[in-house]
Amino acid sequence: MRIPCPCCGPRDRREFTYYGASDYLDRPAEGADLEAWDNYLHLRDNPAGVTRDLWYHDPCQAWLEVTRNTVTHEILSAHPVSEVSA
Amino acid sequence: MRYSGFRVFTQGLSGNRGWRPAWRRPEPKPAYDIIIIGGGGHGLSTAYYLAKKHGLKNIAVLEKGYLGSGNIGRNTTIVRANYFLPGNSEFYSHSLKLWEGLEGELNYNVMHSQRGLINLFHSDGQRDAFARRGNAMLAQGDDAILLDREGVREKLPYLDFEQTRYPIYGGLYHPRGGSARHDAVAWGYARGADQLGVDLIQNCEVTGIDIENGKVTGVQTTRGAIKAKKVAMVAAGRSSQVAAMAGMRLPIESHVLQAFVTEGLKPVIDHVVSFGMGHFYISQSDKGGLVFGGDLDFYASYAARGNLPMVEHVMEAGMTLMPMIGRARVLRSWGGIMDMSPDGSPIIDKTHIDGLYVNCGWNYGGFKAVPASGWCLAHLMATDAPHPVAARFRLDRFRTGRGLMDEEGTGSQHNLH
Repeated sequence: MRIPCPCCGPRDRREFTYYGASDYLDRPAEGADLEAWDNYLHLRDNPAGVTRDLWYHDPCQAWLEVTRNTVTHEILSAHPVSEVSA
Repeated sequence: MRYSGFRVFTQGLSGNRGWRPAWRRPEPKPAYDIIIIGGGGHGLSTAYYLAKKHGLKNIAVLEKGYLGSGNIGRNTTIVRANYFLPGNSEFYSHSLKLWEGLEGELNYNVMHSQRGLINLFHSDGQRDAFARRGNAMLAQGDDAILLDREGVREKLPYLDFEQTRYPIYGGLYHPRGGSARHDAVAWGYARGADQLGVDLIQNCEVTGIDIENGKVTGVQTTRGAIKAKKVAMVAAGRSSQVAAMAGMRLPIESHVLQAFVTEGLKPVIDHVVSFGMGHFYISQSDKGGLVFGGDLDFYASYAARGNLPMVEHVMEAGMTLMPMIGRARVLRSWGGIMDMSPDGSPIIDKTHIDGLYVNCGWNYGGFKAVPASGWCLAHLMATDAPHPVAARFRLDRFRTGRGLMDEEGTGSQHNLH
């Protein structure tokens, strides 16, 4: 599996660290209720198909939101998290 | 038909013409009292104990493929009860006791072999942690023996005791640990459940869960609608898709875990050996193949196959520990779809929907849990109260933060187990 880093081009999967679903980009506001935090931290759609998740590219230290297919391992796109509107 | 050595003998003399299919292939009825979604190890054992222990009739198991087509046939077959945390400890202890009587119970040879499990340690700190774990196992009533380096050398003389990266300090020996024939466990429970009147319906995919006024009323399937008073979701790696039909999001992320088997060799590895520092564990099947695996690939996946970096890592770890296996040729490798929970421990619980139950979150350890998982889910469905040894496998522990069971001590977060 190769992931196209926007900074470095297509790179080997070993250079990346997986963090989890892009739910992590929607951090609840201070004072949000338990359900909001549960949704943010634990509950997942966990789709069999196209998903968006967060990967860290160790060499260039970029956090990426990767759109990929969990059934075929096809990578559809990768964008810096800083450019993704939360 | 009861199986016995005598029957094998007489059938052998009469051309083996007297064998019958081990279970029926019934058409789905319009309604059941209980429907189990998922005909794997956990679903089949649940159905078996509902019928056997609780005397319930009118039960169906719905399986979208064939019985035992998921993780029950894709694991590395290790059976053990070496857990530490309250909640896990009593559950797996109970499961091992069920394993020890399983063949008699099912009249089916699951080839359960208590050949002993040895978890190696490689530092003083790890020795202390394993001594503590061993004490917890003894306190639970199970068996554990702390081996020093020479004790390990006596049992596993083929390990590389000279390597300096992870010098072998000793091992925690669990004599009652071992392995079993994984498919046979599914088949044994299937046959047992069928004989007790459970309908095992294959090629029947659930496409919807019917809920009226907060109560489950049945399921939609590729073979028509079926009504039910109670429904259990026992779908392992596919749990999230099944729960979504009930409008639920589960605290589950599905990951790929790879395993490998070599060509058949003469007996060479007598135990189950785990090398935690290298993420490697190995045993030898009765057919002679070395069965081994490592850690997750560590990203969400339903591909049922992994990537090469983890293949390389597992092979390196194996060569570090036991260079003698270097000439063995790998016959095949595969990936299972693991239902990973944030804290690494399972869930057996009711849901907020009346009559709907969930059994998931087995991470990479569901095989040894099959008997107790079915036992406890059956208890929950039949009595509406959690079984004492599974009372802590609550669905709401992530929301409340109470009762998390992080056996590895790495944190209750999706990417850490």
